[in-house]
Amino acid sequence: MTPADDTTAQPGATAQPDTAARPDTTAQPGKGTIRVLQLYPREMNIYGDWGNALVLQQRLRWHGYTPELIEYNVGDEFPEDVDVIVGGGGQDSGQLLIQDDLQARGETLRQLATDGTPMLVICGLYQLFGKFFKTSAGPVIPGIGILDVETNGTDERLIGNVTLNSPEFGEILGYENHSGQTTLGPGVEPLGSVSRGAGNNSKDGHEGARYRNVVASYLHGSLLPKNPAIADFLIRTAVERKYGTFVPGTPDDGYARLAREHAARRPR
Amino acid sequence: MFSFSVPLGKLVRALSRLRGGGSALPGLVVEKIDPGFMQRTLAMLPQGVAVVSGTNGKTTTTKMVVELLESQGLKVFTNRTGSNFTRGVAASLLGEVDWRGRLDADVAVLELDEAHAVHFVNQVPPRFSLLLNVLRDQLDRFGEIDKTARLLQHIAAKTSGTVVLNREDPRVARIAATVTGPEVLYFGLDESLRSTFPNDDDMRAPHAATAHGAATAHVAGTAAAIPAVAVPTAPEADVVLRRVGAEDADFEFDGATITTHMKLRGVYNIFNAAAALALARAIAGTGSTDTTKLVKALSEVAPAFGRGESLTVDGQPLELVLVKNPSGFRLGLKSFPAKGYASMIAINDNYADGRDMSWLWDVEFDSLREDGVEVLTGVRAYDMALRLQYDEVRIGAVDTDIPAALAAFIRGSQGKPKRIFCTYTSMLAIRRELAKITTVEVVS
Ligand SMILES: [Zn+2]
Repeated sequence: MTPADDTTAQPGATAQPDTAARPDTTAQPGKGTIRVLQLYPREMNIYGDWGNALVLQQRLRWHGYTPELIEYNVGDEFPEDVDVIVGGGGQDSGQLLIQDDLQARGETLRQLATDGTPMLVICGLYQLFGKFFKTSAGPVIPGIGILDVETNGTDERLIGNVTLNSPEFGEILGYENHSGQTTLGPGVEPLGSVSRGAGNNSKDGHEGARYRNVVASYLHGSLLPKNPAIADFLIRTAVERKYGTFVPGTPDDGYARLAREHAARRPR
Repeated sequence: MFSFSVPLGKLVRALSRLRGGGSALPGLVVEKIDPGFMQRTLAMLPQGVAVVSGTNGKTTTTKMVVELLESQGLKVFTNRTGSNFTRGVAASLLGEVDWRGRLDADVAVLELDEAHAVHFVNQVPPRFSLLLNVLRDQLDRFGEIDKTARLLQHIAAKTSGTVVLNREDPRVARIAATVTGPEVLYFGLDESLRSTFPNDDDMRAPHAATAHGAATAHVAGTAAAIPAVAVPTAPEADVVLRRVGAEDADFEFDGATITTHMKLRGVYNIFNAAAALALARAIAGTGSTDTTKLVKALSEVAPAFGRGESLTVDGQPLELVLVKNPSGFRLGLKSFPAKGYASMIAINDNYADGRDMSWLWDVEFDSLREDGVEVLTGVRAYDMALRLQYDEVRIGAVDTDIPAALAAFIRGSQGKPKRIFCTYTSMLAIRRELAKITTVEVVS
């Protein structure tokens, strides 16, 4: 079960990435603050979705910016001046709990998306950023229509490791676990084509959706740690919109590269 | 009544043992030729059947219940480790019954996996059930936590006598409202210990919702937090864990608090001891239990396979802590502080471990920051390395080859107590290696 090339520690891997060696990473002064909004962490945070918010914060630091994490839950006041938004998946019960509040925030979120605010929505919030989610039990949960997609609940659960090929981000690796099947309309592009796994549904062969600076996907894992290209796209977009230019730092992605190599070889 | 199925099943069992086969085949044979065998045999037991289920801690808890009941002079039938499915129970039964199909026991205490327990209770309605917790475990298999809760609810509904529930797990405590027949008892935690038991709902907001709706202001939100699932008032518990010391613990029951030495380590295991006490008291009959013997048995319970067991390597303790889901890993980190220990983590993603690595991102590793982790191993060692990098934990070496990594770990941490956090299949591999250099109990 262990490929021979793993038994000898690889130099890039055993060597400590210097980002992790510093116990207290403080941002270099001057590059600026980026406000990261996590949507509904209480109800929509399953399968490691928190990891996406953590990765954005840490990589902002590694690029020399100061992250400010804001959690938005049902009933909270919607914060102003948000630079990047992340939202995760939830159980069906979580989706029901947030739906009224999400509808009330729909106009604000649509406006932010139209203006080009970078967003990452995973699984449950991907579905609710679409037009509707018709659950297998019958009731239809309306979405906020940022994405031209429709989701229908099924009794078939699509579970397992996934690999995509994306023209924008290259190879994307993750894990899917959903029974809602999503169909894309003409207003969005898929995030990538599936080379292993199911993706949006069991027949179309593509995964996720792209609209302006919104990235939507079913992939957990969490998605961003093993796909730093997507994390850096969100960060670069947020910084450029706020400060005009993005001056990147040099995060050490040695472990990410090795984790990707190993994940790509695992069974579905 | 003489039945051919028992001799035949026993014969198949003996043969499959000779071949080194698993425990399921003889159970399968007896199920096919005599589908009523298990139900009929268990129905003969004077004290009936008790089912222990839930995501975490079934094995240790079942072991404790058995030992507590034995201290009261009861003869207990139980299923062996790894056979916590219906067919496995049938196979274990075959090993215990005489050639006439009679089981020499007063009561059966069975550890059953949530999904299998549902099939089991449909065939054999239990007199007692103990429902431990609903945590994110193998979501690959069950899909959703709420579904797991429904499985446990079904077990409760089929129970005729007493259902023992975890008062601190909202999804388990809520089951009380759904049962009408059986008596409901709880085991609980002292207020002061509740914060050491995060549940999956409040893991990102540790100060927010508790099982009892004691909401405090949420860190980032502006509005008051509304707990996702609230039990209006905390019901009285039959057994409460009041305090956990380095080597002892306080339990409250029958209106008094007793302090006892504990061989078990880890707050989490000791909370399960409260669960075991509640069930054992219900089975033995609270009026007739010999409390002195009960407490003595409790103090002597040793952890089951992989649940914080301690081996000796190079004259130093080496602890194996099984981690299989985020809550289990968080509890492990809280129960076994890193200070003074050399740590290693082994992560596999084989079917029995769960293929989804997302759960590593639901655990915070800050507690390892001060001392670092010496060695990471397992098929997904680099996923673990990546996770620790984002929590800024120092990493010594990464090697996906478990035997080589273990040897390096032992070599590199001489003179220090050692601890290995490992997933199920990586633990099996580590035990195999350790058996070459120290005494390791072989679990069949
Ligand atoms: Zn999902």
